[in-house]
Amino acid sequence: MTHKPMLPELMKAHGVSRRGFLKYCATLTSALALPPALAPKIAYALESAARPSVIWLSFQECTGCTEAITRSHAPTIEDLIFNAISLDYHHTLQAASGHAAEEARKAAMEANYGNYLVIVDGSIPLDNPAYSCIAGVSNLDMLKETAAGAAAIVAVGTCAAFGGIPHANPNPTGAVAVSDIITDKPIINIPGCPPIPIVMTSVIAQFLALGLDSIEVDELGRPKAFFGETIHDRCYRRPFYDKGKFAEGFDDEGARQGWCLYKLGCKGPTTKSVCATVKWNDGTSFPIQAGHPCLGCTEPDFWDNGGFYKPLSTPAGNYRQWGLGALAGGAALGIAGGAAARATKARAKSAHEDVNPHDLERDT
Amino acid sequence: MNNPYFDLLMWARTTGFDIALTILIAGLLLRVLEIAVLGRKRDLAAPKGNPVAQGFRTVFTRSVPRKGQLKVAPVTYVGGYVFHLGFAIAFLFLGAHIALIDDLIGIQWPEANKALIETAAALAVVAGIALGWTRIANPVRRALTGFDDWLVLALSLLPLVTGYIAVNRLFGADQTLWMALHILSAEALMVAFPFTKLTHAVTFMMARYYNGSIQGRKGAES
Amino acid sequence: MTATLERGLNALREQIDAPVASFFSSCVSCGLCAEACLFYTETGDPKYTPIHKLDLMRRMWRDEYTLMGRVRSLLGLGQPITDAELASFEELVYDSCTMCGRCTLVCPVGNDITMMVRKMREGMSAAGYGPEEMVGAAQRHWDKGGPMGDLWKALGAHIARIEKTTGLTINVDKEGVDYLVILSAQEVAEFNDVIEAMARIFDKAGVTWTFSTEALEATNVGIQLGSTDIARELVGRVVNAAEKLKVKGIISPECGHAYQALRWEGPNLIGRTYPFEVVHIIELLDRLASQGKLKTKGKDTTKITFHDPCQINRRGGINKEPRRLLNMVADNFVETEDAGTMNWCCGGGGGVGSNESATEIRLKAFGHKKRQFEDVGAEKVVTMCAYCHHILEESLEHYELDEKIEVQGLTELMAEYLDD
Repeated sequence: MTHKPMLPELMKAHGVSRRGFLKYCATLTSALALPPALAPKIAYALESAARPSVIWLSFQECTGCTEAITRSHAPTIEDLIFNAISLDYHHTLQAASGHAAEEARKAAMEANYGNYLVIVDGSIPLDNPAYSCIAGVSNLDMLKETAAGAAAIVAVGTCAAFGGIPHANPNPTGAVAVSDIITDKPIINIPGCPPIPIVMTSVIAQFLALGLDSIEVDELGRPKAFFGETIHDRCYRRPFYDKGKFAEGFDDEGARQGWCLYKLGCKGPTTKSVCATVKWNDGTSFPIQAGHPCLGCTEPDFWDNGGFYKPLSTPAGNYRQWGLGALAGGAALGIAGGAAARATKARAKSAHEDVNPHDLERDT
Repeated sequence: MNNPYFDLLMWARTTGFDIALTILIAGLLLRVLEIAVLGRKRDLAAPKGNPVAQGFRTVFTRSVPRKGQLKVAPVTYVGGYVFHLGFAIAFLFLGAHIALIDDLIGIQWPEANKALIETAAALAVVAGIALGWTRIANPVRRALTGFDDWLVLALSLLPLVTGYIAVNRLFGADQTLWMALHILSAEALMVAFPFTKLTHAVTFMMARYYNGSIQGRKGAES
Repeated sequence: MTATLERGLNALREQIDAPVASFFSSCVSCGLCAEACLFYTETGDPKYTPIHKLDLMRRMWRDEYTLMGRVRSLLGLGQPITDAELASFEELVYDSCTMCGRCTLVCPVGNDITMMVRKMREGMSAAGYGPEEMVGAAQRHWDKGGPMGDLWKALGAHIARIEKTTGLTINVDKEGVDYLVILSAQEVAEFNDVIEAMARIFDKAGVTWTFSTEALEATNVGIQLGSTDIARELVGRVVNAAEKLKVKGIISPECGHAYQALRWEGPNLIGRTYPFEVVHIIELLDRLASQGKLKTKGKDTTKITFHDPCQINRRGGINKEPRRLLNMVADNFVETEDAGTMNWCCGGGGGVGSNESATEIRLKAFGHKKRQFEDVGAEKVVTMCAYCHHILEESLEHYELDEKIEVQGLTELMAEYLDD
């Protein structure tokens, strides 16, 4: 096993002062919604943590998650985190390729069996292993093999967390999420398409600093610190929703005024994520701020939830055909019912026997 | 792994809505056509007034209580108005609902703000409770009240309550879950429509027309 | 033939049409009709709620006239009407409903409850649950020409007396005159001053008229009892007489349901339009007044109020006419609360006044009317229906107010101030 420099050494090498490091720990503590008192503990934990081995598996994915994490912002401290771990296997980022790359994965697994962290992006095809293979090994086999010795798994991106776009109807590859295959290891889901970079790095940092048990997750395995509230509740456009002011198109007056995008299909009300507060690109913006409705990408099946540009309150099924059928069926039933009623009445009329006043008493 | 709340919401927006809309449309069409097809005999008495004009007029004029009536049953009248108007405002002027109507039939109108919608909804709920109370307290209403009346009252109030909870996340309600419950409660109302007295929302026009035309032929008020 | 449950149900079945279906479909059981009903307001008993009186008919509509009801019945959830139920409703349908029509005007969804009670009575009577007094009246009318029997002898005497005292000729069976005059039995028997009043007014106005020996009786117990067959026969007698005499019109006398029977139900009962007009006596007097043919002199200075007969105003459409006439001759005319279209019933209409079993409740129901008369301090109540007149007098007497409040027919009052 090679010498793994401790974090402070690395920081020095990267020109980060001790003050800068402590500030980072405070920021991280706040990002994780942990009590400020924990900041020194995080600093201590990170300082004393050895660089754990990380194996990053990419399956049916678009590399967007990787692209995103490399844009994790400053002061290149997340970059530092990359160095704080020993990223032993990652197609896109590692220098090695071919056999050498696969050897690196196997070596890391052997050397750190039971202790390494597996990060997965992309979904796993179950229909036919050939749909997605790496070095002749199917995604399914590679995941099972790699997961066996893992301390924990982090599923980044909605594909790994919930199946994502490959899983979208009609799911031609039979794509599933990591949690559909691995059931005996702790799995943390960090969904998003892609996830917010600082969310990925923060969760990894918390894992390193405070351990798996410190990460509280919701029923979908998402860390509550980042997936506890809806975008709608934290959206800066929320006052417009409350006032009933909506953009009706992408270039209308409402859009220019920055009104609520609900009617353009915004999924903010049903989407849990910190997009509206943490934002992207060093807190610069997020989709709604850029004028586009939220797609709901941190939620399972977001691709199939009724169309991106259909308002949440509108039906998403085949109601038009059903409605037309109902019109025809209702008309037929109504005419049939009316005809039956007329027949009842006609029968009564023909059964009528004229009476005179002497016919109105009962025989007693 | 999937989000059961979201699945519920999507069921409400797809299959649930399809079923509810189908039952609503087919059921109401059945009820209305059944009446229309049954028909009535032509009235041969020489008209003194204009039965058709008065029939149509009565559809509207009967919305206003006759002089003196308000004070004999204030809760029923005021409660009735507040409930109907409150429900109508909450239903017709919330942006999300206008988006729904726009999607269904392609027409839309300006939205009202949250304060107005929520006031209307809250007043409608209070009115509904008051109307329910008189169904217990008033002997006439108690005698007339059956299961149908309680069911309809409950089904009418549920969308208002669930909608309010969903938007304001009362009691830490999960928005997705409560939005789903809200839509489902509205769908329950739609399904109940043709089978209960809720049908009056459509047939009242026929009833008022007939009433007005019968009276109008005689030149009598209606 | 005898009345049976089956015949009753069949008769009721015949009555259900689109308006009835729309009314039952629309009822929201709000109970507002009760507040409009004199039998409820004066007793406070919810069983008198108008729409409740139609529970059985509603069930028949649901079970036999709706597709959903048919399905319910197939599932064994139908509730056929039983004999005992019909019997128990006699009190509600006949004794405590004057078919005054107030409920019809307050129903927020527009249900013509009164019309449905009229239809309900068709089923009740055919099933043998018509009140015996009404059935008896129908038999007398059918057999002898009037609900009180043959009144021609009495009328003949009145005619002779009037011709003698006034010097006017009163035509009987005269062809080609303007109007055929028919009367209610109540007028012949009790309020016969109206005959002289008409004779004098028409003489002045140049209106020619006649009685018919074939059709004297204006009342039609058929529509009160709820028997289309009987109503058709009784209306038919009058129509035939009018056609035979080739008159331009029939004058419907001061009788509420007679106007309803002849003017509004008649053509539908006989299945054709009339070749003549039907005009209510008060409508005609108003017309004559507006043409300058009815002139009065002098004014009645007593404190007069007007009682609107339900079948003539609320359900007949004659509202302004009597008021215009009254203002010609009354100096001190005051309206009671709710006067006009929403006037309260005297309590005796729709045949209720003839039902022995209804006497107690109808006198109780008169309480509302009584308070209204007292509130305006009326010394005289004028009306335009002989039966209202009769019931008002009887009820006032019951409350010992007959010394204080006089009742008079409007035609008679007009004749009193006729400018001879």
